[in-house]
Amino acid sequence: MSTRIENVHVFSPRRVGAMMLRYWYLLRSSWPRLLDLVYWPTVQMLTWGFLQYYIATNAGFFARAGGTFIGAVLLWDILFRGQLGFSISFLEEMWSRNIGNLMMSPLRPFELIAALMVMSVVRLSIGAVPVTFLAIAFFGFNLYGLGLALVAFFFNLMLTSWAIGIFVSGLILRNGMGAESFAWSIMFLFMPLTCVYYPVATLPIWLQPVAWMLPPTYVFEGMRALLIQKVFRPDLMLDALGLNVVLFAAGVTAFLLLMQSARRHGSLMQTGE
Amino acid sequence: MSAAPPIAVERLVKIYKTVPAVDGISFTLAPGSITGLLGGNGAGKTTTIATIMGLVTPTSGRVTVLGAEMPRQRYRVLHRMNFESPYVEVPMRLTVRQNMTVFGKLYGVEDLRGRIAQLGRDLDLTDLLDRPTGRLSAGQKTRVSLAKALINNPEVLLLDEPTASLDPDTADWVRGHLQRYCRERHATVLLASHNMAEVERLCERVIIMKRGRIEDDDTPAKLLARYGRRTLEEVFLDVARGNGAESEAAQ
Repeated sequence: MSTRIENVHVFSPRRVGAMMLRYWYLLRSSWPRLLDLVYWPTVQMLTWGFLQYYIATNAGFFARAGGTFIGAVLLWDILFRGQLGFSISFLEEMWSRNIGNLMMSPLRPFELIAALMVMSVVRLSIGAVPVTFLAIAFFGFNLYGLGLALVAFFFNLMLTSWAIGIFVSGLILRNGMGAESFAWSIMFLFMPLTCVYYPVATLPIWLQPVAWMLPPTYVFEGMRALLIQKVFRPDLMLDALGLNVVLFAAGVTAFLLLMQSARRHGSLMQTGE
Repeated sequence: MSAAPPIAVERLVKIYKTVPAVDGISFTLAPGSITGLLGGNGAGKTTTIATIMGLVTPTSGRVTVLGAEMPRQRYRVLHRMNFESPYVEVPMRLTVRQNMTVFGKLYGVEDLRGRIAQLGRDLDLTDLLDRPTGRLSAGQKTRVSLAKALINNPEVLLLDEPTASLDPDTADWVRGHLQRYCRERHATVLLASHNMAEVERLCERVIIMKRGRIEDDDTPAKLLARYGRRTLEEVFLDVARGNGAESEAAQ
């Protein structure tokens, strides 16, 4: 008697669905986890929104640059929360000591990555969508007013956040929970370099080429061009996409190499500190 | 059905940096057999089992499970094997049923509801299916881990201390269930345990490891006879303390 479906497919949507179900059960079971998704983005948006409101009433330029701070906060949150959503779902497996069960199951690395990517969007949606409505209510800033440009911004930022999330997950798999802090902090390295709140021209000249090597820089420049000059820059979005493809491929390659290394060093059995 | 042995380990060596954890061991398990893997701490049992599971890459040598080389060809056979270990847990916030559902889908189990209901009956978990796993007693959690290990009706089952933290009555009941499962499914089991009575009861063959090597490998009865001892625990202590079978026989 067979109770198994033949299970050797290279990529199985059913296994991806199983992992999504696992993360969904987890989210549903814990209101603090759900609250945490909304809490910090709300605090960030309100802080920067009120600051922008104050400055705008006292300086002519900021009055003209309506919404750039709030827009930057919301887009930064897509980048940051996207990576965090990916990494936290992965960390849940480490915290619950379940990673050995998954590594020993037929689940393939690409299926785990796909499930984590989808869950990062789900977590981001739960956290960010209510905040975008709060931005409309409090400051009259409608992120959805960016139209199709928002789709380009969102897609590019998510690609970056996934690439970084995949790389960090590989680091944790290889080095154990000692590498957990990277999951929380790595994106802040990008914050000054990707020019979230100021134009690239603000950076020292020698640092500007570094900023232009990072895909989010193009998104934040594109957002300012749209909000201040009312111009959508598809060239910036295409440049960001090209860099994101390279970054994503590098993230996946690093994850697979780190996983191989973990198998060599026996780290998959010792997922503690 | 594959004609390859369920588990074949050939001259397996695993060195972590400069420390040999497993030092050239070889053994083959027969289909439908239950084999005990004994050894003190640091003997190499966990590394051996982890290599069989594909979690560790051998430094040299070869491990095959159902004919697939581990870890290179692991995806050919992972759905036909499973494991249970106290060092790995099922997610505590999920209910037992949710955990079984997730793992059932990962392993591609058909008629998953039926399988979960059956495991609930077999492992006395029916009343616990909708409770969060984290709120169960240690013994109940062990039964849940065992249910996860059996969800896909594995042909090869690797068990690390399957009755740790169980009271004697439940432990005895679990052993009985494992015996029945192996008999009915013709499954092959490799069992690492420090419970010698358990090994004596369950295993038709015992492999004793020390410092990464196989010190002895035989049926429990022959080991007892060779060492001139009445229990496997005494045999284990002889091996651990370096009192070989020859010296025991001479005494």
